Amino acid sequence: MSVYLLRRLIQAALVMLAMSVIVFVGVYAIGDPVEILISPDADQFERARAIAALGLDKPLYEQYFSFLGNALRGDLGRSFVFNEPALQLIGQRAPATLELAFGATILAILVGLPLGLYAGLRPNGAGAKAIMAGSILGFSLPTFWVGLMLIMVFAVQLGWLPSTGRGETAEFLGMRWSFLTWDGLRHMAMPALNLALFKISLVIRLTRAGVRETMLMDYVKFARAKGLSPQRVIGVHVFKNILIPVVTVVGLELGSTIAFSVVTESVFAWPGMGKLIIDSINVLDRPVIVAYLMSIVLMFIIINLVVDLLYSVLDPRVRLESKG
Amino acid sequence: MRKLLLGATVALAAMAGGSVPGRAQTLTMAVGAPVTSLDPHYHQLSPNNAVSDMVFDKLVNTDAQSRNVPGLATEWRVVGPTTWEFKLRPGVRFHNGNPFTAEDVAFTIARLPNVPNSPASYAVYARPITRVEVVDPLTVRFHTAQPYPLLPLDMTNVRILDKETHENATTDDFNAVRAAVGTGPYRVVSYRNGDRIEFARNDEYWGPKPAYQRVNYRMITNDASRTAALLAGDVDFIDQVPTTDLTKLRTDNRVALSETVGLRLIFLGLDHLRGPNENSPFITDNDGKPLGRNPLRDVRVRRALSMAVDRQAIVERLMEGAATPAGQFLPPGVTGHVPDVQPTRYDPEGAKRLLAEAGYPNGFRIQLNGPNDRYINDGRIIQAIGQTWTRIGVRTAVEGQTWSVFVGRAARQDFSAHLIGWGSNPDGSHPLRNILATVNAEKGWGASNRGRYSNPEVDRLLEASLTELDEEKRQKLVLDAERIAAEDVAVIPIHIQTNIWAMRRGIRHDARNDELSRAQDVRPAGP
Repeated sequence: MSVYLLRRLIQAALVMLAMSVIVFVGVYAIGDPVEILISPDADQFERARAIAALGLDKPLYEQYFSFLGNALRGDLGRSFVFNEPALQLIGQRAPATLELAFGATILAILVGLPLGLYAGLRPNGAGAKAIMAGSILGFSLPTFWVGLMLIMVFAVQLGWLPSTGRGETAEFLGMRWSFLTWDGLRHMAMPALNLALFKISLVIRLTRAGVRETMLMDYVKFARAKGLSPQRVIGVHVFKNILIPVVTVVGLELGSTIAFSVVTESVFAWPGMGKLIIDSINVLDRPVIVAYLMSIVLMFIIINLVVDLLYSVLDPRVRLESKG
Repeated sequence: MRKLLLGATVALAAMAGGSVPGRAQTLTMAVGAPVTSLDPHYHQLSPNNAVSDMVFDKLVNTDAQSRNVPGLATEWRVVGPTTWEFKLRPGVRFHNGNPFTAEDVAFTIARLPNVPNSPASYAVYARPITRVEVVDPLTVRFHTAQPYPLLPLDMTNVRILDKETHENATTDDFNAVRAAVGTGPYRVVSYRNGDRIEFARNDEYWGPKPAYQRVNYRMITNDASRTAALLAGDVDFIDQVPTTDLTKLRTDNRVALSETVGLRLIFLGLDHLRGPNENSPFITDNDGKPLGRNPLRDVRVRRALSMAVDRQAIVERLMEGAATPAGQFLPPGVTGHVPDVQPTRYDPEGAKRLLAEAGYPNGFRIQLNGPNDRYINDGRIIQAIGQTWTRIGVRTAVEGQTWSVFVGRAARQDFSAHLIGWGSNPDGSHPLRNILATVNAEKGWGASNRGRYSNPEVDRLLEASLTELDEEKRQKLVLDAERIAAEDVAVIPIHIQTNIWAMRRGIRHDARNDELSRAQDVRPAGP
């Protein structure tokens, strides 16, 4: 087990190293941050001063190695735009994104699993057909459009929910969270639903497919023949077996929601990491881009690890050591 | 039961009654561009300047039409060929009670070039000043190396800090609010990066008292969401109203608009770098072969291309009227406007004749580049120009790119023709020095001259104007230089954007041509 964990950690370090090289070269190839950040009043002296102040006057490899040296000491550089440590900026924005992503995932499971189960058990009923048609919409409607429609209906027309922003927050573990206040929850409802829509559809489809497949298995037939109640057959024997693909996908989806909820965050002016990264890319704020992507790589590696560990809980046949 | 109901009604009424003055005392504004710092000397950027204007003061303030008005200085004059004297306003205090004196001015000028890691500093405004002389607590003299007429204008960009409070203050201290202490009409209560800033009124303010006690300054970068937030009643006031929503908002009786012609010109930069007998990167003959010459070096071709831009149609159809056709950098009503230079009229036939005269009866091929996410409707404007250029025989391909990629290429002179904008200050020397002057790193000229235009006559007039202390003579030199550049079609001006704000009905706003969205310009509409 510990050998396995160690190997995964070394892998993680290598991937993060590769990521930092790619981002450095990529941002360098796109353009010059000083051209974007500089004020129109700036003359050539000011331009040269800004380039030197941001350390962009040195050759790229030198910039990279000094970044690497600092990174080993836990310093991923200061944002060009905000002049704040990149990690601190990301940390400030993280709670907003995390609570949104978890809210959406919980919503996806709470809504998606029962609906998928129902559609799988009665595949030919009108209800199942309606659910499946709805899930197609959930897949195919673009997020920004759904987001704006939600705002138009629930905020502008009906006035039930606030249109944008994060609302009141409460302090917990030294960070600000909005799921702890009623006002914060009201602000969270629409963006979380908007993010969850795709995931709900995904969970419905996975669950339904799993249920239909599993219901035909011999062990289900046997369980029925043994005279177990339908609740027990479905609730224990079927349910446990369909969970493996669902856990994998929900885990990965959680990762991508945290990392890339850019559209929802900008439509709802939700001050999370997605907005930070898109703003940073627009102005080529390299320290933030590098730090963000490296933390995201780390997060994905951790999520994959947790998913693997969950497998072994769900399915005793899976042995972690045997995997590469 | 009845008693209970009555109690509930009374409580409700009390709550409703209590909330009315609460609402009237708080203004919630939503702006489209994020503020990056509360340090007024860290990042020269319009959103930062707007917020700085609420918290700090300048020696010279500007009114809504960018005319200089007294700020922390009550008067200023030239006392020697290289000396300006400013008389300071007595009795002004910083938010923490410290008095404002001449020492603070000297400290501020010394701090400008010394803000670490600044990506766009205010050091340019300190550079002409060789020495700051504190004559007495309310008199300060600026000594310059050469006669420097633009000093009061420069001072409209410099927010004054307190020597005692800010001696060792870092940008982090400002962002943590503890150092965000000025003499301005509002105090900062809290700052959440990329999300919101909360302000409270400074009741000791020396100037006109702002209308709102508290201000909630939110950043909503998505255009549609910002408009929706206003319509939903979550915010009272928004800036950068998208042109696509204008028609709808003009007819919505819950909403009022405020607007004014701005100072931002959208124009086409042309390749002046390649010589008359060199190939320009994106110009070929009609078969796609190199032309062997750079047609843009011929003023007749430049004029023809300008005549082939249908400014009226762009303004009416693409901009929904939120712009004014332009023939020069500055709009009527500000000092740098040349009265006798008119926007070029759309005249495809005349353009064809000029092209034939210049030796291109069948035109040529060109690519027009531009950003597609920077200026209002930028991507659609270059498409429209591409169509009308093609109509006169200049077959135009159009390429829009994201700003971060585009601006780097423009700075390397990668393009033959490109669309770009320029947010000017009201003095003509500003675009002259930065865009039209020959590139000269020693003088600091032509830093944004991305087409490498060069005209000795323009340079000579500009040079003379920069040391001319007689305001009338200086203006004449500046306007002459602008006129020559306009006649030479150094760039092709398209339009000047109109700045538009939208607000809940019942609120009034003094629209500013410098685009700044500041709470002190907003007040409840009078009866």
